[in-house]
Amino acid sequence: MIAIFDYGAGNLRSVENALAACGEPFAIVNDSDGLRKADKIILPGVGHYGQMLRSLDVLGVRGTLRERIASGTPFLGICLGFQALFETSEEAPERGLAVFPGRVTRFPADTRVPQMGWNSLQKQGRPRLLDALAEEPYVYFANSYYVPRETAGRRAAALCSYSGTSFCAALEDDNVFAVQFHPEKSGPVGQQILRNFIVC
Amino acid sequence: MLTKRIIPCLDVKAGRVVKGVNFVGLRDAGDPVELSDRYNRDGADELVFLDITASSDRREIMIDVVERTARKIFIPLTVGGGIRGVPDARKILTAGADKVSVNTAAVERPALLTELSNEFGAQATVIALDARRSGPSRWNVFTYGGRRDTGIDAVQWAEEAEARGAGEILLTSMDSDGTQRGFDCNLTRAVSEATKIPIIASGGGGDPRDFVEVLTQGRADAGLAASIFHYGTYTSNGLKRILAAEGIPVRLLED
Repeated sequence: MIAIFDYGAGNLRSVENALAACGEPFAIVNDSDGLRKADKIILPGVGHYGQMLRSLDVLGVRGTLRERIASGTPFLGICLGFQALFETSEEAPERGLAVFPGRVTRFPADTRVPQMGWNSLQKQGRPRLLDALAEEPYVYFANSYYVPRETAGRRAAALCSYSGTSFCAALEDDNVFAVQFHPEKSGPVGQQILRNFIVC
Repeated sequence: MLTKRIIPCLDVKAGRVVKGVNFVGLRDAGDPVELSDRYNRDGADELVFLDITASSDRREIMIDVVERTARKIFIPLTVGGGIRGVPDARKILTAGADKVSVNTAAVERPALLTELSNEFGAQATVIALDARRSGPSRWNVFTYGGRRDTGIDAVQWAEEAEARGAGEILLTSMDSDGTQRGFDCNLTRAVSEATKIPIIASGGGGDPRDFVEVLTQGRADAGLAASIFHYGTYTSNGLKRILAAEGIPVRLLED
């Protein structure tokens, strides 16, 4: 079963609703035990990077999340759950899960943030997560921080551009999938992305 | 490229949509869930619910409306009206809304914006600002649904709201609201240039030209309207086709 990880701050209801609409059973978990029993893990996150990483430590799941990811469990990080996969962020001093190297960056000072609304993806290659979608599908973003395209490197499944900054909008690396946008709020395109994760 | 957003707004009173609604083919035009579903299929980029229920004991009805809407519709939903603190906001967000908007409560206690932003993030914290022209290039902030003039300068309040943690401004011109004679582009532009967070322009949108104007000269990031969608004059996608022809980046429905 898919486990949606609840670290206390994220609004999980939208992700629950979107999975339910896909007809996919899921469980809400908030501890290591729940993560160990899961066939697939979704880590949604909204709000503040530091608060999220502190919460993961309070719940004592940092090690288990890293283990499960390293052992090949299909994993989908959403928004902050994407950013948390990297080592550090300009938003807060807390260390990330460090599954991948690099630093999450804030959009330049002259940019209107958060980036709020529908932006188009530029697929890189043929990512499984973006299967059966148009070449440049629109998805919904709400973010002030981003993963630079150079940081994602060859793991980037889709790029996106906001106010002159090209950033990684989706990432795919074997069993690890992550998106900066909100598939649960991206209409039929988002539903397709969730279904792609479900069958991966 | 980030697109400009078109946002239908529903005034909800005791669980029912108020203001005229004139849709063919709806079982019950007053049901916010059914109307939201219609707007979603018609290409809305987001939805806003404003709860104008007077008595607080009916607040639970709104929670139920939000829950039922969020189960069915997978686009962002902002809910405002009567939110006075983190516990109120948490109920709305837990029910499935993505953002809460605050107006009077934030003017009376600006720390509310910081509390919401720290708890749920700036992206979930919308300041709803009702403004009326009080002089050349000056607008006053009104509270209590437009009934009370605070005397506060709207541009200054927008700047303060941003500094305190708001992530978006829902800016309503009370001079234009309900007229369908165009947005107040001067107000919108003044607020947009003074801040660095997205601006949703509201009040007066009746014709595609109004939207073109406020999204270009007014420097708004989104246009919100009620009547033109309620009365079926335009669908969101129909409106956006016209905007696209004018060179404005929008998300069109795939055929």
